[in-house]
Amino acid sequence: MITDAQPIITTRFGYDDSHMLERFLATGGYEGLRAALRKPPAQVSDDVKTASLLGRGGAGFPAGVKWGFCPADVWPRYLVVNGDESEPGTYKDRMLMERDPHQLIEGCLIACYAVGLSQAFLYVRGEMALAQERIATALNEAYAAGYVGKNILGTDFSVDIILHWGAGAYIVGEETGLIESLEGNRGMPRLKPPYFPAVLGLYNKPTIVNNVETLANLPYIASNGGDAFAKLGAEASKGTRMFAVSGHVNKPGVYEVEFGVTTFRDLIEAPIYCGGVRGGKQLKAFIPGGASAPWFYEEHLDLPLEKAMVDKAGSMLGSGAIVVMDEDTDVVKACHRIVRFFAKESCGKCTPCREGTSWLEKILQRIIDGYGRPQDVDLLLDVCDNISPGINWPPRQTTICPLGPSAVSPIASAVSRFRHEFEAYIGGPVETTVEMRGLAYKAPEPAGA
Amino acid sequence: MARFTEQNEALARQIISRYPVVKSATIPLCHLAQEQDGHLTEDAMEHIAELLGLAPAEVLGTASFYEMFKRQPVGKYVINVCTSISCFLNGGDELLEHAEERLGLKAGGTTDDGVFTIEGYECIAACTEAPCLQVNYRYFHKISNGEFDQLIEDLRAGRRNDIPPHGTLALTRQRIDPERLAGVAPPDRSEQPVWIREAPALQDSAPSS
Repeated sequence: MITDAQPIITTRFGYDDSHMLERFLATGGYEGLRAALRKPPAQVSDDVKTASLLGRGGAGFPAGVKWGFCPADVWPRYLVVNGDESEPGTYKDRMLMERDPHQLIEGCLIACYAVGLSQAFLYVRGEMALAQERIATALNEAYAAGYVGKNILGTDFSVDIILHWGAGAYIVGEETGLIESLEGNRGMPRLKPPYFPAVLGLYNKPTIVNNVETLANLPYIASNGGDAFAKLGAEASKGTRMFAVSGHVNKPGVYEVEFGVTTFRDLIEAPIYCGGVRGGKQLKAFIPGGASAPWFYEEHLDLPLEKAMVDKAGSMLGSGAIVVMDEDTDVVKACHRIVRFFAKESCGKCTPCREGTSWLEKILQRIIDGYGRPQDVDLLLDVCDNISPGINWPPRQTTICPLGPSAVSPIASAVSRFRHEFEAYIGGPVETTVEMRGLAYKAPEPAGA
Repeated sequence: MARFTEQNEALARQIISRYPVVKSATIPLCHLAQEQDGHLTEDAMEHIAELLGLAPAEVLGTASFYEMFKRQPVGKYVINVCTSISCFLNGGDELLEHAEERLGLKAGGTTDDGVFTIEGYECIAACTEAPCLQVNYRYFHKISNGEFDQLIEDLRAGRRNDIPPHGTLALTRQRIDPERLAGVAPPDRSEQPVWIREAPALQDSAPSS
């Protein structure tokens, strides 16, 4: 359903000077901070809980709940902003950082005030020079104007926001990898438990790691209350959300839509959004939530962009990245392209991922090059099964973080639905013995079931 | 092959002072060194180690994990052509092929005159603008072969002063006036922030102007 819900976080995108303090202040900027500071910190946290703001980074964990995991009386606590957007297909955090850096800064301040975070680190992906520049300029403006730093708005709330750049490593998007990187180390994820950096994070102190889009929603929530935010959306998915739709559509773009009610079909087909598959072609498959997500098909189009429903249907909304593939897409090559990414970006800490993803890539390359063997597809699944036992959804993992299992999704999707394309490459029928459980193709349940 | 200049060393000390634990400045200082020299030299890593109280191997250990740190000289302009899934579906491979032909080298290579390095790159978050590329991490969206050729000509002719040489990322640095600094929060200083209490920080409930 396409609704007339007003955007929350992209409201300034229409202005050429949307990144400047003057424009920000003229359009309600830092009013959310003021509203937050007029409440006791605990009440601001409660508002975020009421809003049921799901993390917008990929895992979709409720931000307010995450904040609550900080152990009482352990100080200092830190904020680490995850601006390391790199999941293939994902394009929204860069936009928020380039076009409305003050909104992000305001979100950081509200989080710091609410949870008692004594210092904030804004970790921006290394490859995003313009975002770094815009945020540096915005921070300089905000410091000078008294919005960041010592005695913010004349109160005793004081916090520094330190801009920090990465240097090219997808894995630091994983929150413990991000913390390792921020500590000056190789960005390798930490062993769990503890599962949440809120318990043990940066410098082994409680640390809140939030995604850029998540934080960008806080000024609205602080100004309008958690209830107003939770009025938008459906089920477990409240507010609005940015989705980047790329691939074979007429009007690829990043759209902020009401979360939980807008459907995949709305986004892909509606003239105000993507206007359908390019060249009047048929849809072959689409990735609903970034390269790690199992693929969806024509019959999933009417699912709403709602976390619980998409999870139940066997995939995820992940990082809000929808990639559309038309009928002419070579599925084996598309699958290889995604797996290659995970093979390149594996940090090398866990054997199943380090070895498994690169073997998956090599086998797929061999198939594409015309040297595929009849047993290769089974071999692919066998490697998948070693990385993620049972080839299930949600994935089980033999690794510290979900990067390895992410390479399993595209293979399971491609093999279970388009086995004939592998057979065409290999030049004969393909038998498989490895069982795919949750990731085997299944039709979505009819609406209302 | 250089240690930090005096000016950059002062800048490095300023950056270090912002972190509660100095090792956190490793990556920022590697960027600073790369900005100074165009790539990350051994001398610079040794200097960084001195400044941070680390072994040079620790700096190398960290730096070698990250793709952006080039430990060998690269071209003045590093061109990253995205070939990840969304660009792959929209001509990214063909663009990379064209770029290789135009510059007469394979991805990963540098032209003999040291002006261009070309890389096939993974997703750079411009998926709706495929095919796309970056020159020294500055974006070029929906690039045709003709536009690529024009870009190369412009860069060669020095007509793109908006793109600094490889190593320089943001043209603006974060500057914090010492008067405005809240101060670092060292992990061993276990103090509850003063604003964590029952009362709001901002008592004035009048509408803001």
